[in-house]
Amino acid sequence: MNAFIRDVSFLSAMGVVVLTAAIVFVLGVAAAPAFKAFGWTFFVSDSWNPVKDVFGALPAIYGTLVTSFLALLFALPVGFGIAFFLVELSPPFLVKPLRVAIELLAGIPSIVFGFWGLFVLAPVFQKYIQPFLIDTLGSLPLIGPFFEGPAFGIGILTAGVVLAIMILPFLTAFLTEVFKTVSPLLKESAYALGATRWEVLKSIVTPSTRASIAGGIMLALGRALGETMAVTFVIGNFHRLKLSLLAPGTSISASIANEFNEATTDLHSASLLALGLILFVITFIVLACGKASVALLARRERR
Amino acid sequence: MSSSRYKIRLFKDRLFSAFAVLSALIGLSFLLLILFQVCHEGLQALSFDTFTKTTPPPGEKGGLANAMVGSFLLSGLAMLLSVPLGVMAGVYLAEFGRNGKLAMVVAFLNDILLSAPSICFGLFVYEIIVLPTHGFSGYAGAVALAFIAIPVILQTTRDMLTLVPDPLREAASALGAPRWKVVFTVCFRVAKGGIMTGILLSFARIAGETAPLLFTALNNRFWNVSMAEPMPNLPMTIYQLALSPYPDWHELAWAGAMVITLTVLSINVLTRFLTRDPSVNRI
Repeated sequence: MNAFIRDVSFLSAMGVVVLTAAIVFVLGVAAAPAFKAFGWTFFVSDSWNPVKDVFGALPAIYGTLVTSFLALLFALPVGFGIAFFLVELSPPFLVKPLRVAIELLAGIPSIVFGFWGLFVLAPVFQKYIQPFLIDTLGSLPLIGPFFEGPAFGIGILTAGVVLAIMILPFLTAFLTEVFKTVSPLLKESAYALGATRWEVLKSIVTPSTRASIAGGIMLALGRALGETMAVTFVIGNFHRLKLSLLAPGTSISASIANEFNEATTDLHSASLLALGLILFVITFIVLACGKASVALLARRERR
Repeated sequence: MSSSRYKIRLFKDRLFSAFAVLSALIGLSFLLLILFQVCHEGLQALSFDTFTKTTPPPGEKGGLANAMVGSFLLSGLAMLLSVPLGVMAGVYLAEFGRNGKLAMVVAFLNDILLSAPSICFGLFVYEIIVLPTHGFSGYAGAVALAFIAIPVILQTTRDMLTLVPDPLREAASALGAPRWKVVFTVCFRVAKGGIMTGILLSFARIAGETAPLLFTALNNRFWNVSMAEPMPNLPMTIYQLALSPYPDWHELAWAGAMVITLTVLSINVLTRFLTRDPSVNRI
């Protein structure tokens, strides 16, 4: 009986390894025709033409990277601020409810964020924010081209903002946990020397948790890269490379979600599967780096 | 200490504190705004019909009853598949294979699968189930959801079992209990609340997942309780209603979004009460 239970649990654990390998293998085999047909040009070509059966992944990869980067750009300072507020500034009676609220909000399904983005955020963007950006920043040299074109409401920038709101609870909860791990002795010594809260954060808290913070950012980035529903609603699904952040674009997950069921040719579905494989590999690497740096810090602290 | 320098330092501190308060206000108000709007619009669209009628054709009134039942069935079957696998794998990591190389590799991969893109699971299940069986089915959807739930259950099971103090295990072993009996009768009794929390959390997670269902369970406008057919489900229904051009459908989508949000939130709140259970804190 003991051996039986042990073996069953062993096989279940092996299941995780098998599942990971099987995803890469199955997606790889299914995507092979696309890689065979286009070779390396699949990664650098920006033409996506189901009619001519020519596919390139560049606009989707670009959209995935840029929306995720924008999401981090918006969410990171805000998350940092909230975490600092919770750990150092907040009156004690507020800390618990706020933390619970943030953790609960992290559980809201991503489709709700996407849905809200399409019906609430996109019209606001179209009416107020995008015209404002076009008028003010669009005519500037250098950064102008990023804010050109008509105001569609949906687009890369809107997708980035929705993603930012979506990863904010996760990022904040993570940073709060990290800030709390700093030994109070260290902080209080700094305060005793007359340091201000900002100085304690800058020269005590951040340096001693650098690896964890980097890890948390990577984990949040991994989530943003792979997010499907929050992006699909608001990105516009447009397979053309545009410099402007206000233009509609596409991401890997949005392309798959929008087109896979309606793929016209075998090469079309193989190309979408290839996108899926690329996405899996990219997020795998990012998440692995994140995990590694968090684990690194945990080991250093134990010493 | 020159007072002007002191003033600059104080000013910097004030400035950053103001930024922190401001970002807390902005971030939280955005999140609460979403919650409020979903509930506000959802309540206006919600009616008794929402829970009793099926998805309507354009221009008619209807409800989401079929989608709710379908979602429940899909998640239920996914839980049946994932709970034994996830719990047993967690047992291996925390008990039998503890500190082993394999346990380390599994824990690492599991952490990654935990936040891997859910749409990739959908594509994977499409290739291994939908293609060979020549059709979208509830089974395929449930398998895809199970793949999402397993890492969550595995992780909490492992964490909760790791919290069980070793002297308890040693005491049971000293009385002559074989290892499996130690695990199931002693460790599980202590870690019960935590493991239940993990299972509930994974249920909350898959109840709102859309991407893995896109190419597996698909969706269905009609009543269907047969797992071999395309299954109606709430997230996909919201997706399709929202992308349609009909205002009636948009209203129904708001109602669906509210139902799904409140369901997930209440499960999460429930797990908080569970973890407050004294049997967990005793660890």
